[in-house]
Amino acid sequence: MEPAKRTASEKADFKRELTDVVPHLRAFARGLCGRADMADDLVQETLLKAWAAQERFQPGTSMRAWTFVILRNAYLTDMRRNRFRGEYDETVAERILTAPAGQEEPIHLSDMHRALLTLPPERREALLLVGAGGFSYEEAANICGCAVGTIKSRVGRARATLTSMLEDGSIPRRSVDDDTAHRAILEELDEVAAGQGASANS
Amino acid sequence: MTSPVPSEGKLPAGKSRKSDSGADDKPQWANGLRQLYDSVVEEPLPDQFKDLLAKLDSKD
Repeated sequence: MEPAKRTASEKADFKRELTDVVPHLRAFARGLCGRADMADDLVQETLLKAWAAQERFQPGTSMRAWTFVILRNAYLTDMRRNRFRGEYDETVAERILTAPAGQEEPIHLSDMHRALLTLPPERREALLLVGAGGFSYEEAANICGCAVGTIKSRVGRARATLTSMLEDGSIPRRSVDDDTAHRAILEELDEVAAGQGASANS
Repeated sequence: MTSPVPSEGKLPAGKSRKSDSGADDKPQWANGLRQLYDSVVEEPLPDQFKDLLAKLDSKD
């Protein structure tokens, strides 16, 4: 490692941008791993890694995209170490999303969250990036290190699954307690991890 | 790619029934997903993060 020395003002800029992005990292992490405490641990880990790797950040590019890559890689690593079992955070259970006008049934935040957590991880992250984080397909593809078409397909499948779950009210209980399902998820994770995010270290 | 379908087997294999929502692009819950994300973004930052950020400068 040879640290290309950054000036004090560059460091200050980095710090400010990193600080600004923390709420987004928390939201992305919460969507990925479900439990607020684990998500926040993941964000802390991400911040430390981002700080240590700051020479690799290109000033002027998206701090949010750059740190999301770091967060996602940390998540995949932790997931394979079997830390996140997709445990559901009960504290969100009673909150209700405000229903958009014209919609008869309010969507319960808890239903949405639980449905999200039942998605295979690569579809969940794709949907989070595009549907919640507001990234373009191209940006999401870059973060996930895969083709744009792959992201589009994952988002499409995720949307279709969520739509049927939310409209039918048939949200399955989280199934990763089941060993078979968990193994299947880990296998998918290997596939996801194979496309390491493009712009940061693993 | 095959998906690990949740073990209860209740889920249809992935095709969205285009119901009367009329949204062929974004389903009607799409706004809710955004709100889920935004609700976390808007949470006040816990002290642990302020502490961590404050400590970063001395970690060089």
